[in-house]
Amino acid sequence: MSRLSIITKDKVQTTVETLYKDLERRIIASPPGLCPIDLASSFLKMCHAQTCGKCVPCRIGLGQLEALLEDVLNGNASLETIDLIEKTARTIYYSADCAIGYEAANMVLKGVEGFRDDFEEHILRNRCTFELYQPVPCVSLCPAGVDVPGYIALVSEGRYEDAVRLIRKDNPLPSVCALVCEHPCETRCRRNMIDDSINIRGLKRFAVDNAGVVPVEKPAPSTNKKVAIVGGGPSGLSSAYYLSIMGHDVEIFEQRQKLGGMLRYGIPSYRLPREVLDKEIDTLLSTGIKAHTGITVGKDISVVELKEQFDAVYIAIGAHIDKKIGIEGQEAEGVISAVEVLRQIGDDKYPDFKGKSIAVIGGGNVAIDVARSAVRLGAEKVNIVYRRRKVDMPAMKEEVEGAIAEGCEIYDLYTPGKIETDNNNHIKALWIQPQVIGTIKGGRPTPRGAAKDTEKIDCDLLIIAIGQGIESKDFEKEGIPVTKGVIDALSCGGIENVPGVYAGGDCVSGPATVIRAIAAGKVAAANIDEYLGYDHIIETDVKIPDPRLADRTPCGRVNMRERDASDRVKDFDLMELGMTCEEANQESSRCLRCDHFGFGIFKGGRIEKW
Amino acid sequence: MVNLIIDNNKINVPEGTTILDAAKMNDIPIPHLCYLKELNDIGACRVCAVEVEGINRLVTSCNNVVEEGMVVYTNSPKVREARRTNVELILSQHNAKCATCVRSGNCSLQTISNDLGIIDISYKEDLPNAKWAQDFPLVRDDEKCIKCMRCIQVCDKIQDMYIWDIANTGSRTKVDVSLNRKIEESDCALCGQCITHCPVGALRERDDVQRVFDALADEDKITVVQIAPAVRAAWGESLGLSREFATVKRLVAALRKIGLDYIFDTNFTADLTIMEEGSEFLARLKNGENEKFPMFTSCCPGWIRFIKSQYPDMIDQLSSAKSPQQMFGAITKSYYAELLDVDPSRIFSISVMPCTAKKYECDLPIMNDAGAGQDVDVVLTTREIDRIIRSEHIIPQSLDEEEFDTPLGVSSGAGVIFGATGGVMEAALRTAYYLVTNENPDPDAFKAVRGREGWKEATFDLAGTNLRVAVASGLGNTRKLIEAIRQGNVEYDFVEIMACPGGCAGGGGQPIEDGKELAYERAEVLYGLDKINNIRFSHENPSVINCYKDYLEEPLSHKSHKLLHTNHYNWELNVDKFQESLDTNNYDWELSTN
Repeated sequence: MSRLSIITKDKVQTTVETLYKDLERRIIASPPGLCPIDLASSFLKMCHAQTCGKCVPCRIGLGQLEALLEDVLNGNASLETIDLIEKTARTIYYSADCAIGYEAANMVLKGVEGFRDDFEEHILRNRCTFELYQPVPCVSLCPAGVDVPGYIALVSEGRYEDAVRLIRKDNPLPSVCALVCEHPCETRCRRNMIDDSINIRGLKRFAVDNAGVVPVEKPAPSTNKKVAIVGGGPSGLSSAYYLSIMGHDVEIFEQRQKLGGMLRYGIPSYRLPREVLDKEIDTLLSTGIKAHTGITVGKDISVVELKEQFDAVYIAIGAHIDKKIGIEGQEAEGVISAVEVLRQIGDDKYPDFKGKSIAVIGGGNVAIDVARSAVRLGAEKVNIVYRRRKVDMPAMKEEVEGAIAEGCEIYDLYTPGKIETDNNNHIKALWIQPQVIGTIKGGRPTPRGAAKDTEKIDCDLLIIAIGQGIESKDFEKEGIPVTKGVIDALSCGGIENVPGVYAGGDCVSGPATVIRAIAAGKVAAANIDEYLGYDHIIETDVKIPDPRLADRTPCGRVNMRERDASDRVKDFDLMELGMTCEEANQESSRCLRCDHFGFGIFKGGRIEKW
Repeated sequence: MVNLIIDNNKINVPEGTTILDAAKMNDIPIPHLCYLKELNDIGACRVCAVEVEGINRLVTSCNNVVEEGMVVYTNSPKVREARRTNVELILSQHNAKCATCVRSGNCSLQTISNDLGIIDISYKEDLPNAKWAQDFPLVRDDEKCIKCMRCIQVCDKIQDMYIWDIANTGSRTKVDVSLNRKIEESDCALCGQCITHCPVGALRERDDVQRVFDALADEDKITVVQIAPAVRAAWGESLGLSREFATVKRLVAALRKIGLDYIFDTNFTADLTIMEEGSEFLARLKNGENEKFPMFTSCCPGWIRFIKSQYPDMIDQLSSAKSPQQMFGAITKSYYAELLDVDPSRIFSISVMPCTAKKYECDLPIMNDAGAGQDVDVVLTTREIDRIIRSEHIIPQSLDEEEFDTPLGVSSGAGVIFGATGGVMEAALRTAYYLVTNENPDPDAFKAVRGREGWKEATFDLAGTNLRVAVASGLGNTRKLIEAIRQGNVEYDFVEIMACPGGCAGGGGQPIEDGKELAYERAEVLYGLDKINNIRFSHENPSVINCYKDYLEEPLSHKSHKLLHTNHYNWELNVDKFQESLDTNNYDWELSTN
């Protein structure tokens, strides 16, 4: 026998590696609503297969735990069984020799704590509290519940106009979402079980780009009811659109000069071109919505006055005020907020950053947006300072990569220390403190100061992008409940003890996504309609094509491409390139049509109206 | 039109046709189990899977449509193997003790298994254990359920009651009462449509056959049986008799052979119902200003459960007349006991009904007005009476026709059409016309309320008064009609409601033929019987006339009120209503938080 030999993977090991990958993708595609105990028991079975067999708690204990969970699932358990499960898991956690054992037990402990009610339901009633109420993953994960398989099928058939009409049933801003939606719909796409999720947003963009002018639905007969919408952002616009086609008279009150909210004053036009936004807003307004711009509710007109003049009010003021960073020198000249920069750009007042060296503090989408805008405004150097690691940045991964490609430098694991100024109290440099990534709390690792010296970044301008707040004070004064700065609204959008007043979007959820704001607007519209004594139905006559039968052979996902970095940094034009027809056809044919195959055909596959 | 090839046959079918239908049109029956046209095309059992050339995986034929140039094989090796394996898998989770199953011989799973020649299965038996309230009129056996989901579909889509739902997920997925309720706590109307749509024996009525045999064994008991109108149109189906041969007179002969003492016709009390309900309606019309309209018929106990649970504020709009079954029970243990000159407590009152809800109706605490225990002691469905005939080893083909006993076996054509949707309305209008004008209308003058539509309406001139009537069958249609009334979109004076689509002819207690809705075929039999009856009007039924003359005095008399009327406020339906359960679960408009 040789003294050493090179280890090569045999066929078995290679196959198992493939299966691991299959399982990883399968877990990604796990639909919401599954029985958590059944899942915990299944996970435990896999954990048990990983045991080496040396130690008692892991070799025997995990198996016994599995049997106990099965007893619960089979209706053979009593409430004491839960105690026994906890005791056993605790013992394994404390006494297993390696992570294979103690982490497996930890999963069980988390479960007993996290879904104890479900344990009890199984034991006492032999039933699970969970159900697959919306079995189509993309639809269930879209806050607005857009009929994703429906419009993908329409794209597949070349019926782009119908695709847009179908989307509008649940989301009146298809062009906007085609470019900037964070596409939660893609996260648990069942296609992951085969290869990768469908590029849903990309297909939506293809539909929108090729649909031409799609007229809005004809409004229902006038109800003579008046609804005031406070804030012309995505939530207010969505609510206004649906209420308008329900036949109500809708008036929007917008603080700024133009409608759009964060779509205009937050998202730069290289991601969402102004002409696309303006066209979308004009389309919505064509239903007869009146818009009053330059009016601040709470100052120019009070909520009480609106309540008197209108039958219902929807507050959707968004989250537009900047948060202060609280470091030494923050009052210096040249220290500005991202909100301010983006707002100027929104009003087409482009600041001149030519030749400037700029630092941006923050790691969210706003930080990246402002950094990339700065590049386009001529900045010589843009440094993004973030206190955790690059991978921890809350901004979308592709945005971060785009910023780097455009020359932005990421200073990750640095916290801002103090601001150094010149004699004119103008910023000269930002001092930053190196960090070490540390323990994980609430799912995110916490940085702590490293035993290293502070460093200096020279800069002419410092842009702060560490989150936004809500201008809720004026509303609070008028009796609208506010907790920790956000407006308190019920899940129906209504406000407790204030009949006829609804609120939603960022001002209720805190800064979130466009599609969540749209969903809140839709929910508010439905409930305001009901509050006004109506039951208007929003539906469409678009007929969804039958699925085409085909084998589902693994196939790569078509990802979106962007203009070359060197070219796109020169202007604020749209940087993302749309799919070609060839790509869109291939990508749409990858859709598994979960509305037809599987549980979707039975229950909840298609919500035709609301 | 689409051209395709199935099993080497070139065929041509309209666009949008499913592969299953395309094959069927060309005499290629593809085996299927869960599929039910227009109701359940979810492809759950995978038995109907076929091979399509160019596609590696099999395709369900029930819910996929033909494509131009498609080449389909319904019996390729791949199909054969998958079909058989899937049936074996279903059998591994099905209690296949066919010898003790009510659906043996009429079970789609049994048929498919037998047709495939499965004599042994490769898998271990894996049966669930679930409890069920065995005294409830609707019995569910989890061990037999094959999760075809048809019960859920018929309850959701046709009856709009949402009693059934999927419970649990993963391997423990099963059908159960929705919202984690128990059946006896639910607002189930007991229509029994889930039973008649079940392909196997997972759902059935509570079997009360033994109680009849016990009564027969008791020498002191006098057994009196009534046969509902719709039973005569269906009882021969599961005994292999033609509609022409399976007359009610042969059913009478069978019951007499069994040894039942007196065999009567519910049609008699259907006529009596018309006298009472018709008179009540005319009285309400006269007293128009103080009454709420429409007045609703009250003969369907599924409908009564429905209105009690869904629209309790409308109960006073129900006619106070009891159903014909309950009138019959009350008359049997009063008037008829007097005629027989026996103590009414010796009478054992049996009712043969096309219905499962009748089983709970006879148990209602307010249905004992004759003062000798329950007015109706036991209710058998048409299926149960067929089972008795079989267990008594009667050869139905050898039966001769025999007459009903008198006087409660005499009835009019108006009574027999109670068994079809619109029949009560038509019969009532015939007599109402007479009561108002003192002359008979053309007996077919009110035909407009016949037919298959779930919600029919008509206006008739009743001696100068325009009478607006409506008829609904099926609870989904009923809810639509009631909502329209409540929203003020429609206005009627008189409305007939039957819980089952097509009325009692399509009742939940009728014989089952998988995949077929026979209500309208059976209704034709009833309309035929009406046509050939010498008496077409309830008020001309001589036995009814005598009953009033000798006993009840007149419609709405004191005695009539005591025996033939009731107040549905006076009993409790303690149920957890689906809609309210939904509200408390906050299912209505909510922002989903992802």
